[in-house]
Amino acid sequence: MIDTQDVSQTVGNVYVDSPRMTAREVNVFYGEKRALNNVTIDIGEREVIAFIGPSGCGKSTFLRCLNRMNDTIDICRVEGEITLDGENIYTPSVDVVPLRARVGMVFQKPNPFPKSIYDNIAYGPRIHGLTRNKAELDAIVESSLNKAGLWGEVKDRLNQPGTGLSGGQQQRLCIARAIAVSPEVILMDEPCSALDPIATARIEELIEELKQQFTIVIVTHSMQQAARVSDRTAYFHLGDLVEVGKTEQIFTNPAHKLTQDYITGRFG
Amino acid sequence: MTDNAFKGLSPQEATARVQASLKLRKAKESRFRLMGASAIGLALLFLVVLFGGILHKGVPGLFQYYVTLDVELNQERLDPKGDLSVESLYSGDADALILEAALRSIGEEGGRKTKRALRKMYSSGSGIRLIEYVQANPDQLGTTQSIKFAVDDDIDSFMRGFIQRETPEEDRRIDNYTISIVDRWQEAGLISYHLSDYLFFGSASRDAEMAGIKGALIGSLTTLFICISIAFPLGVAAAVYLEELAPKNRFTEIIEININNLAAVPSVVFGIMGLAIFIVAFGMPRSIPLVGGIVLALMTLPTIIISSRAAIRAVPPSIRDAALGIGASKMQTIFHHVLPLALPGMLTGTIIGMAQALGETAPLLMIGMVAFIVDIPEGFMDPATVLPVQIFMWADFAERMFIQKTSAAIIILLAFLIIMNAAAIMLRKKLERRW
Repeated sequence: MIDTQDVSQTVGNVYVDSPRMTAREVNVFYGEKRALNNVTIDIGEREVIAFIGPSGCGKSTFLRCLNRMNDTIDICRVEGEITLDGENIYTPSVDVVPLRARVGMVFQKPNPFPKSIYDNIAYGPRIHGLTRNKAELDAIVESSLNKAGLWGEVKDRLNQPGTGLSGGQQQRLCIARAIAVSPEVILMDEPCSALDPIATARIEELIEELKQQFTIVIVTHSMQQAARVSDRTAYFHLGDLVEVGKTEQIFTNPAHKLTQDYITGRFG
Repeated sequence: MTDNAFKGLSPQEATARVQASLKLRKAKESRFRLMGASAIGLALLFLVVLFGGILHKGVPGLFQYYVTLDVELNQERLDPKGDLSVESLYSGDADALILEAALRSIGEEGGRKTKRALRKMYSSGSGIRLIEYVQANPDQLGTTQSIKFAVDDDIDSFMRGFIQRETPEEDRRIDNYTISIVDRWQEAGLISYHLSDYLFFGSASRDAEMAGIKGALIGSLTTLFICISIAFPLGVAAAVYLEELAPKNRFTEIIEININNLAAVPSVVFGIMGLAIFIVAFGMPRSIPLVGGIVLALMTLPTIIISSRAAIRAVPPSIRDAALGIGASKMQTIFHHVLPLALPGMLTGTIIGMAQALGETAPLLMIGMVAFIVDIPEGFMDPATVLPVQIFMWADFAERMFIQKTSAAIIILLAFLIIMNAAAIMLRKKLERRW
């Protein structure tokens, strides 16, 4: 146990073999304010990695760096290097459009488009030109909804508005929408915080299935959720990445005092 | 501090105090309610008085008195060249044929006095009306037809009771002899009162009984067309740029403040600017809908930009996130998601801006759209006037009948405004997020 407040060095093993994404000394600033401090971490192939930490610790900020959603915030500045399959996604030549097709995102609040269920899923494939004809598009819609565990519930009402579904269904619709463009990585920003326990359980089951095919990065406020769904867990504290490790190890035997304080509920 | 420091209240005391204050609160609330209701009531009362007044004055203005005369459609005299051409018809004897018909209607051969009186009793445009009738019905040449002609505006005023029989003859605009002819016409059932076709299909005229709004209406429509085709695309584009694309810095802040200021600029200033730029500097003709439309477009532009920006801002950011999150480009996000959701609000703002433009007079006076134009405009480059300016001009004329025509034109203008606002509401309902 490192019984100190020292956070300059991340505890645990941040590296993995053959990583899907890597982050090296990433610093993020909102104007003058520094939101992330020298974050270095690898995200492995087909793993579920959970980012936990108290509010304002920078975990969502870091998540949004991974598909450059922070670009939409004028005052946000990102330093350091983040790679996807060995390619730095912050070099000026990289176009965010294909990047975001490869790194999909699911948001905190379900945000289906005010269109039909079918069009919600079909939108991504359409704008990226993934399909050549209607049959292919239909197939993508069906398989995406299938993977999101929603096909059985909505197959008879694909033309009805996506916003008419329940909260949990809407969130699974958003997941289906994200996987319809065949991403490599799916980022989930507290995907269950607006859902009831049953819907949450469905999403968690879904994550379990999706990790056969996708790399999943999930930000969560619920430590139980992190413990249930993730392979590795990263603990953020006030902009610092304090500790990274196997999930069982983080929750049973944390190496850093701050991590221990957080998971035992001493603050957060 | 004092000795008897406040030690808190017992539950009973607290309840009692709450009850006491509750009464005060309720009284305050009901007072406020009453004030609100009376404010609305007062506003409604004014509205009823306003509309009542306009309808009371204006509805009779939609009608006018006609006299039916049996005109002999004598081919040789109406159409001397026999080819029904405009020159032939206008060189013909239409006026004389009408006078003969009028004489027949009172069963007199007619001395000079009778003829002079009769000529002043039907509209001086009757000859043209007869020519138009012949042009529309050439097969009726050679027969005798009953045709309705508007009575002169003085006779119209007499029929409405504005000129009274009891007034001494020398103070009256029509003499006793004329009144006796009117009486004879009435006995013979020749005078009728119905919806005025001159009002709807005539253009500007100094003769009150012939004056109509068609020219002004077409002028208004062409001007509005120019206005909307400039103001809507420009306004929406400006709003999208400012809201979605422009960096937030000092420069865009200044632009924003100036757009808001522009919305508050008196409209006549836009007219002066239009005069200085389009007419003086660019040498465009005066009085044309093209210049009027551009000036009105500049005037409504701030309204459209402000309402469009508000509509864009009202689109939830989660929709933008969703679109960007699956890799839509900025433009795709705007065109596929933001604009469709913002469209109802934008259209409402635009139509309200257009309604404002439809009712605008001052800037158009500056660019000469107040000219007296008899010809009905046929394009964007023809001199024209617009409805509110026409109303303004009619209100200035002395004849009694113009008062009714003015009120009638106001009703028509209001009807157009109400139609436009209703269209705005319907568009909103139709396009609004249906789920």
